[in-house]
Amino acid sequence: MTIAHRAAPYLQALPLTLILGVFLVVPIAVIVMVSFWDYDSIRIYPDFVTFNYEETLLSWVTWKTYLNTLKFTAIVWAITLFVGFWVAYFLAFHVRTATMQTVLFLVCTVPFLTSNIIRMISWIPFLGRNGLLNTALVDAGIVPQPLEFLLFSEFAVVLAMVHLYTLFMVTPIFNTLMRIDRSLIEAARDAGASGFQILTNVILPLAKPGIAIGSIFVVTLVMGDFITVRFMSGGQSASVGLMMANQISLLQYPAAAANAVVLLAVVLMIVAGIVRLVDIRKEL
Amino acid sequence: MPKAANIELAAVTKRYGTTVAVDRISLKIKAGTYCCLLGPSGCGKTSTLRMIAGHESVSEGDILLGNTVVNDLPPARRGTAMMFQSYALFPHLDLVDNVAFSLKMKGVPKAERREKALAMLGLMEMTPYASRRPAQLSGGQQQRVALARALITDPQALLLDEPLSALDPFLKIRMRAELKRLQASLGITFIHVTHSQEEAMALADLAVVMNGGRIEQAAHPRDLFNRPATPFVARFLGDHNVIEGRVATVDGDTARFDLSGGASLSAPAGPGVAAGAPIAIAVRTDKVRVGAPEAGHGFTGLVSNVEYRGSTVQVAFSVPGVDDFAVSMDEADYFRAPLALGDAVPLGWSREHVHLLGPG
Repeated sequence: MTIAHRAAPYLQALPLTLILGVFLVVPIAVIVMVSFWDYDSIRIYPDFVTFNYEETLLSWVTWKTYLNTLKFTAIVWAITLFVGFWVAYFLAFHVRTATMQTVLFLVCTVPFLTSNIIRMISWIPFLGRNGLLNTALVDAGIVPQPLEFLLFSEFAVVLAMVHLYTLFMVTPIFNTLMRIDRSLIEAARDAGASGFQILTNVILPLAKPGIAIGSIFVVTLVMGDFITVRFMSGGQSASVGLMMANQISLLQYPAAAANAVVLLAVVLMIVAGIVRLVDIRKEL
Repeated sequence: MPKAANIELAAVTKRYGTTVAVDRISLKIKAGTYCCLLGPSGCGKTSTLRMIAGHESVSEGDILLGNTVVNDLPPARRGTAMMFQSYALFPHLDLVDNVAFSLKMKGVPKAERREKALAMLGLMEMTPYASRRPAQLSGGQQQRVALARALITDPQALLLDEPLSALDPFLKIRMRAELKRLQASLGITFIHVTHSQEEAMALADLAVVMNGGRIEQAAHPRDLFNRPATPFVARFLGDHNVIEGRVATVDGDTARFDLSGGASLSAPAGPGVAAGAPIAIAVRTDKVRVGAPEAGHGFTGLVSNVEYRGSTVQVAFSVPGVDDFAVSMDEADYFRAPLALGDAVPLGWSREHVHLLGPG
C-alpha cells in the first residue's frame, strides 16, 4: 500500500466534505456564534451574552408565534399528506402505463417551472374581494356579498402552502408506492382482504418511509416559511420565519440568530421524532 | 383436513385485447391430484393458473370447483389458495403475522390467529424463525412460509406459480420432495405451473403440456414420456428424436415415409397416415443403437457433438432431413468404442421403439 492508495478514499470524500463544510457547517456555526452577540439599533458587537435567548424564550409573543407556526404546520401537513397520498396512489396504482405515469407526474411538476412567489401572488386576483372566485359566487347568487376570508387570512395561508408543498409529499410517497411488489396486493386479495384492508394492512405500512420523508420536507418547509405567511395573511398572521425576517429588517441580527437556533432545534426534534417512528433507511 | 374438490375447465379462453393467451382449453383435474401445467414461457400456463385462482378474469368458458362455477367469485371465496412465484411475503410483517394474514382479514381474534399461525409454522418446521421478517430468511425458508400462509385457509386446491424457480438447483430438488410429501399428506389438489419438464416428471400425477394457449397433451408423466402425442410434446420433454417426413406408401400396418434428405424409413400406420400426408415419429434417444440398422429403421449420421453426462454420453448427429438427432449411450459402452467428430456412423432402432406422433 502506497501513501497514494491510502489517501485515495479521503481525496474522494473531500469534495462533498468541502461543500457541506462551506455551505452547511460554517453558516450554522456563524449563526450560533452571532446569536450570542450583543447589538443595538445600528450595529452588532462580538460578545458572549445569553439575553438573545432569554428574550426569545421568555417572551409571550415568541410562544404564541411558535404555536401559530405549529398550527400551520399541523394543518398543512395533514392536508398535504391526504392529498399527496391519494395523488401518489392514483399515479402508482390506477395509471396503467409507465409512459402515462411519467407524463402525469411531469404535469404535477409543471407549476414548479414558475417561482414560488409568482404562484403565490397568482392566488390574489383569484381570491381577492373583487377576484374571480368572489365575482363568480356573487354573480351566481350563491353568496350575497364577497367572502372576506378567502384572501389575507389564515385560510389563504394554508391554501397557498398546500398548493406549494403538496408535491413534496407526492414524490416520496409515489416512489415508495411504485416499489411495492404488485404480487403483494394479489397475495392480500388471495387471503381475502378487501380493498380497504389492503390499503390499511399492506399499502400504508409499506408507504410509511415515503410518508415520513414527505412529512420531513413539508414540516421543515412550513416551519421555516415567512414569505407565504406575509403575502397571504396580509400581515394578519405571524410565523417564526416572519418574526425573524422582521428582526433582520430592524438589524437585530443576534436576536434573529438566536431565534433561528431555537427554530432549528425545534425542527430537528420534530424530524428526530419522525425518524424514530419510521425507519426511513429502507427508502434511501 | 380440508376436503379436496374436482376442478374442471370448460372451454376456458383468455384474451388480452386481441391476443389470445389461453385458447378454449378444457381439462378435468380429479380431487387430490398433483397437476403440473407445463410449457415454455408464453404458452398460457400462468394465465390459466391465475384464472383458476381468480386473479385474472375469464374471457369465455367456465371454471368449476366441485360443482360450483367460480368464474365470478373473488379469490378468497373459491376455496383455492395461491403461492406466488416470488412468494409475495409481506416484508413489513413477521412470519406469524404473514401466516395469520388471511385470518386477520376474516376478523379472527389476535390470540387465536397467532396460535393457528404458529401451529402452521410448526408444521413447516419454521417455529424457531416465527418472529423474523421474510427478508431474514433463505429462499427455501421463504417458500415454507409462503406454503404455510397459503395452507392456513384450508384450501381445496393449492395453486403454485413456478414455486421452485427462485431456488438454487440443490434446494430445488429438496423443496420438490417436500412439496410432493406435503401434497400426499394433505390430500388436496395441487396445481403447479412450471417450465421444467424435469419438475413435472418428478411431481405430477397429471402433467398438462401447453403450447400457444392450447393443451397439447394431458397425461401421467409416464404416458407423456412414452407416448407423446405431438412433435411439440416429444421435443419439449426432451430425450426424444423427432423425425418428420412424407408418407410414400401404406402397406397394411406399416407406412413407408421419406425424409427430405432422401432416406426412407418405416413407421406403424395409424389414423391420418395416408400416402402423401406428412408424418412424424419419435424415437427415444436411449433406444437408438450404433450399428447397421434393419431396413427402414435407421440411417447414417455424422457425429456433430459429444457431451459427457456422467452415467451416459450424449452424441449428437447431423442427419440430412432431421433437425436434431441425438443418441444417449451408456458411458462404459461409449468409451469401449469412442466416436470422433465427423465420423459417419450407422444408427438404428427396432420397430417397437418407433412411436407415431399426431399432427402438431
